[in-house]
Amino acid sequence: MFFEDLGNNLLTVLVFLPVLGAAVVALLPKDQPTLARWVALILSLPPAILAIGLFIDVLNADPSATGFYHEYTTEWFPQIGASWTVGVDGISMSMVLLTAILSPLGILIAFEHINNPRAVLALLLLLETAMIGVFVTLDMLAFFVFWELGLVPMYFLINQWGGANREYASMKFFIYTMAGSLGLLLAIQMIAWTVGDASNLGGPTFDLATWYNVWPSLGRDSGEILGFSYGTVKYYAFLAFFIAFAIKIPVWPFHTWLPDAHTEAPTAGSMLLAGVLLKQGAYGFIRFVIPLFPQDFAGPRELLGVIDFSFAEVFAILAMLGIVLGAFGAWAQDDLKKLVAYSSVNHMGFVVLGLAAGAMMYGALWAQSIDEPDMALSMINQELNNDDLLEHETYARFGTVDNLSSTDRRDLATLKLNRLREEGVLPRNEQSALVAMNGAVLQMFNHGLSSAAMFLLVGALYHKAHTRDLRRFGGLWHIIPVFGFLFVFTSMASLGLPGLNGFTSEWLVVSGAFPLFPIIVLVSMIGLLMTGAYILKGIQKVLHGPVNPDWLEYHEHHHSLEINLRETIAVAPLVVLMLVTGLYPNWILEVINASVTQNIFAVFTGG
Amino acid sequence: MDINWLDANYLPWLIFALPLLSFVVITLFIGRYKMLSGVVAAGAVFVSWLLAWAVFFKTTATEEFGINAYGSSFEWMDLGAAVFRMGVLVDPLTAVMLFMVPLAMLMIFIYSLGYMAAYPHDDPHHTRFSRFFAYLSLFAGAMLTLVVSDNLLLLFMGWEVMGLCSYLLIGFIIERKSAYQAAVKAFMTTRVADVFFLVGIGYLFAETQTLNFREIFWNPAVLERLGNPEETGFIGLSAAAIIGSFIVLGTFGKAAQFPFHGWLPDAMEGPTPVSAMIHAAAMVSAGVFLVVRMFPLLEAGGQVHHGDYTLPLILMGVVGSVTALGAAMLGVAQNDIKRVLAYSTISQLGFMIAALGIGAYIAAAFHLITHAFFKALLFMSSGAVIHAMEHGEHHAHDLGHHDLPHRVQPGEATPWGATYVGPEGDVASDEEWQPHVPDGIQLSFVAVPNDLQFMGGLGKRIPVTKWAMLAGTLSLAGAPLITAGFWSKDEIFADSLLFLTDAEAFDLGAAWLHMLVFTCLVFAATLTAFYSMRMWFLAFTGEPRSIMAEHATLMSGHHSNEHEHDEHQAEDHDHEEHHEHKVAMPWQPDFNFGTWWATYRDSALMQGPLVVLAFFAITAGWVGIHPDFPILRWFTGSTNYYHDFVGETLLEHPETIDFSWIPVLFSFVAFGIGATIAWFLYGREPLKENEQDPMIEVMGQPAWVALQNRLDIDNVWLRIFYMPFEIFARRVVAIGIDKETIDGLLEGIGEVATFIGETFKRFNRVFIDGVGDGIPMLIGLGGNRFRNIQSGRIQQYLLFTALFLIAIGAFFVAQAL
Repeated sequence: MFFEDLGNNLLTVLVFLPVLGAAVVALLPKDQPTLARWVALILSLPPAILAIGLFIDVLNADPSATGFYHEYTTEWFPQIGASWTVGVDGISMSMVLLTAILSPLGILIAFEHINNPRAVLALLLLLETAMIGVFVTLDMLAFFVFWELGLVPMYFLINQWGGANREYASMKFFIYTMAGSLGLLLAIQMIAWTVGDASNLGGPTFDLATWYNVWPSLGRDSGEILGFSYGTVKYYAFLAFFIAFAIKIPVWPFHTWLPDAHTEAPTAGSMLLAGVLLKQGAYGFIRFVIPLFPQDFAGPRELLGVIDFSFAEVFAILAMLGIVLGAFGAWAQDDLKKLVAYSSVNHMGFVVLGLAAGAMMYGALWAQSIDEPDMALSMINQELNNDDLLEHETYARFGTVDNLSSTDRRDLATLKLNRLREEGVLPRNEQSALVAMNGAVLQMFNHGLSSAAMFLLVGALYHKAHTRDLRRFGGLWHIIPVFGFLFVFTSMASLGLPGLNGFTSEWLVVSGAFPLFPIIVLVSMIGLLMTGAYILKGIQKVLHGPVNPDWLEYHEHHHSLEINLRETIAVAPLVVLMLVTGLYPNWILEVINASVTQNIFAVFTGG
Repeated sequence: MDINWLDANYLPWLIFALPLLSFVVITLFIGRYKMLSGVVAAGAVFVSWLLAWAVFFKTTATEEFGINAYGSSFEWMDLGAAVFRMGVLVDPLTAVMLFMVPLAMLMIFIYSLGYMAAYPHDDPHHTRFSRFFAYLSLFAGAMLTLVVSDNLLLLFMGWEVMGLCSYLLIGFIIERKSAYQAAVKAFMTTRVADVFFLVGIGYLFAETQTLNFREIFWNPAVLERLGNPEETGFIGLSAAAIIGSFIVLGTFGKAAQFPFHGWLPDAMEGPTPVSAMIHAAAMVSAGVFLVVRMFPLLEAGGQVHHGDYTLPLILMGVVGSVTALGAAMLGVAQNDIKRVLAYSTISQLGFMIAALGIGAYIAAAFHLITHAFFKALLFMSSGAVIHAMEHGEHHAHDLGHHDLPHRVQPGEATPWGATYVGPEGDVASDEEWQPHVPDGIQLSFVAVPNDLQFMGGLGKRIPVTKWAMLAGTLSLAGAPLITAGFWSKDEIFADSLLFLTDAEAFDLGAAWLHMLVFTCLVFAATLTAFYSMRMWFLAFTGEPRSIMAEHATLMSGHHSNEHEHDEHQAEDHDHEEHHEHKVAMPWQPDFNFGTWWATYRDSALMQGPLVVLAFFAITAGWVGIHPDFPILRWFTGSTNYYHDFVGETLLEHPETIDFSWIPVLFSFVAFGIGATIAWFLYGREPLKENEQDPMIEVMGQPAWVALQNRLDIDNVWLRIFYMPFEIFARRVVAIGIDKETIDGLLEGIGEVATFIGETFKRFNRVFIDGVGDGIPMLIGLGGNRFRNIQSGRIQQYLLFTALFLIAIGAFFVAQAL
């Protein structure tokens, strides 16, 4: 029955193909590493092909359609309301595509392991299942299972095949992420029961679609859960989600696990960690935090009764700090891999900035849709003042806005919103947020390409030179010209050179976020400047300078430092994708944009 | 899709695609073939040039070209319901750029074939030559992209790719520390400005949902909204003012305006064709092209011709005139021939920027074109001079002269009295990192073949270069009536004097920016005439001041024939004779092309382009002569061709200002004073070997050294930005925040958790383990005690059973009762 349905259930197939491969690889004889390598590589190709096929399918779909493609639901744990529900939209599809492309490349790079390669390869395939699972599942329990499942192989990869400081790094990575997941699990359970109750299901439900419908506007006026008001409970649930995903991205200041974990992980592990695992955090924000907690995310809050803020603004400020301090952190490193690791903090900052802009306008749209114009105004940093009052004869007699009744206040706020809409302020801000969100998702994809390529190249050099210390390199360009070219190319993509991928998304984020957070974006530009500084530092310290006779000697008599054919083949698809995305981003942005427009913003505008 | 690529609407795509294609081909396929790479690169640019001129002459024949501009575009990004289109546009401004840029580039490429053939540096893989042409092709492609772009984003792409190319080419000799330091400096300085530019583009897009030039500039409603601070913008500034200021900042970086000018003189580290590319045909012109392009936005919300300036215009006017004057002053005291030209470039770009600041749109665009021609000419001439000097060095060496002027070593006194400290220490290369403290005098290193002090008398050795360079020098100096530079500079003066000549439009008190620009530029023009003529006199007149100058030559083939050298080592001057007089020239009866080419190849490839450019350096100005100019109007007719053609770029065509003698007079005077002083100091009695530069006496030693040290501005940059940034990165971010604060906090949490864990462990051991272990222990204890009961004796068992039964019985009886 399940197998008959397989053709309509390609996403399920996609999720479990890699883990089947892992099983096969694990069962191979231990004394034949070459066999294990090739089997693992071959088994990682069908998921990639399938993912590309699915992507093309989504690309050809009607762009104005809402909802998810390739949706499939079947019972899983009916007793507790969990089901096996999968589906993709443009956002998750591009992430799945990224995962399915990076995994075979990671496996190709993992060929270099001599110490029990069978286990590395099996773990990588297991990791692929977990990563794809996170992106395609639409059931919160299954999501959590995949979310946690991803930690296990990565922990072992770092712990067993990592660098010198691997014990510390793997432990830090594991405990830090687990700490975030703990709150996430509790919050998921709590929401599942609450939503189940509210929809009279007689038990919990983990169905995301139901959550979307019920949870955001649940108990706005009154009501209690376990003796706490809805507002309080939602706030803490929001914080739990927020922190769990913020650690994963990582948002500054939750980032310190990242340089350690990336630096110590084996090359394939770093590629997937930077390329995909970080994106899960950002994906969590897009899929869960923004739609489920619009009020908590964008709504006004007070700190100590004095400082007014909203979490969207806090998020943007943290993004700014990540961009700026991440770049400075990278610049300060003398370890090439750590420099690249810090660059992830810097680049993911742009994702966060885009999401902050998106969260802000999403909240405002949501508040309007539930007829809370006052809240909507405060979300876009506007408030009713006496000038608004005097504009309308009906209300002018009240003298000041404080005298208005709540109904009148609501009507006046609606009038002001309408005016802002007519003047074009609101539509422009909405369009900006949409552009920023598009940029954020595209940046996720782009950073996946360029950071994976960077780690690959750094690993390729490290594997041969046995050092990553920038102070020991220099003058390598003439010794290893092919590596030099690839390194400069990838560095430039990472730097955001127009014509390559990174620029497109960074520009979209900057353009979209500037009208909403002008000061924050301007300060972030320091980070963009310093991106140039650390990238050039990397290039200069490795490639420039007089030919180093020690390395020349080593290169000619001991071990070639030039990138080998296998590594070149592994980096080639990334190089091509970086160039293509830079020159014609619409091949993927079209899909992303359709989902950002239809699945996120159009929910309220009815467009 | 059926596209005729040769249609004028689609042709621009090919114009920039060809050089880009040749970059790809050289990089991926033919990099190992030296000459093939060079020829492919030059060939691609040649075809680009043909196509560009075809487009240009088609545009001049088109009626109402401003409205009927060519262009095509495609869908590049979907953003919500909006679509971002990428495309090309040929309007009058682009058309004149298409006249100038590809021609200058073609000349640079041909020249490079000669210049790079004998380039002294090679690498283990022998790819240096082809790599040079690959970078140069990418550079050319990027510049052409920028020129034909129909939107700001594509323009920015070309802009940044050029930044990358200049980085790669300035640091082309990657082994040389000063080269890659200069490259990093150029990239980072322009990037400071570029990040602002990027925000400006982003904000413009957010406000208008388009970046297409026509859609913004030909739409008065949009411009009016952007220029109105009531409707858009922040903190009392209109969106146009904010965006415009950001864009102007971007230009300041690229066009090396104060305070971002420091990178450009250092950029002379690159091979000379690169300098020509950066300073004339491409990069820095791109900076000015951008503000010319964006002019309608920059002036939105103001009335510049009535003294109502907008913020971007004020920025341009002030910074442009300060830069024009300041760089001209620095140019006076330079001894490196390329650095003289570098400062002249900064200064001339200042002229254009300042002109645009006072709304002289046409004049700025005109000077952009003429400057490109004469500056490309000057750089390539200086390259020929340097090349000849280098050959002279080899030659003299071969002839047994070893008393060559040596390079100044760190710590040694220079001819001008100051101490050369040497290149800065490498910052992070020490084991123990210490912040880098810039101090002391850092006189930039002058390579001997570049040094004007060691030249002299070169006119006899390389006469073609001498006369070509004279044309460029006069044009730069603004020699009246004949040279291109005169006409464009004169137009700038005319515009800046508008407050006098057209007093009705101006409230004199409000025209402060016009006055500032005019004053600075007149002084700058005087200095320009002086230092450019000084350069020419020092290089070409008088007697050779070094053995290198004495033996300077552009002819190829002598130091490549090693065996000949050995034979002729001792034969002193015969060697020279052998090469200079044996080869028959084309007009002689025993002319043999093969022999001639072998000897004169480099000379022809390098000097041919000079002649072509010299022609344009003189004549390019004649299309912009004022229709009322006395006498000349009989020849030029009743229109100012350039003005009428380029003016159509704007929706509202700029007005032609009435002819006036006042600006012309100032142009004459500025050139006259500057050139005359130069003649008295350097021309009348040329400098002799080991003689001190007469300017040192005139100015005094301290002023001379201060100018040589660039007024210490570069060090101020280092002190203000570089050093604090590095300390911040290392000490504060990496260690203070991440390691100590955040990780410290985490470790604190970890320690608390460990402490709690330990406490629980102890609790477990005492209580839970106590209970857990206690129960078995008690059972064991009990078991031991009761073991005695199980003695195996039946009687004893029966006794216990009976006692037990009695006890139970008693219990039940008690219950019943």
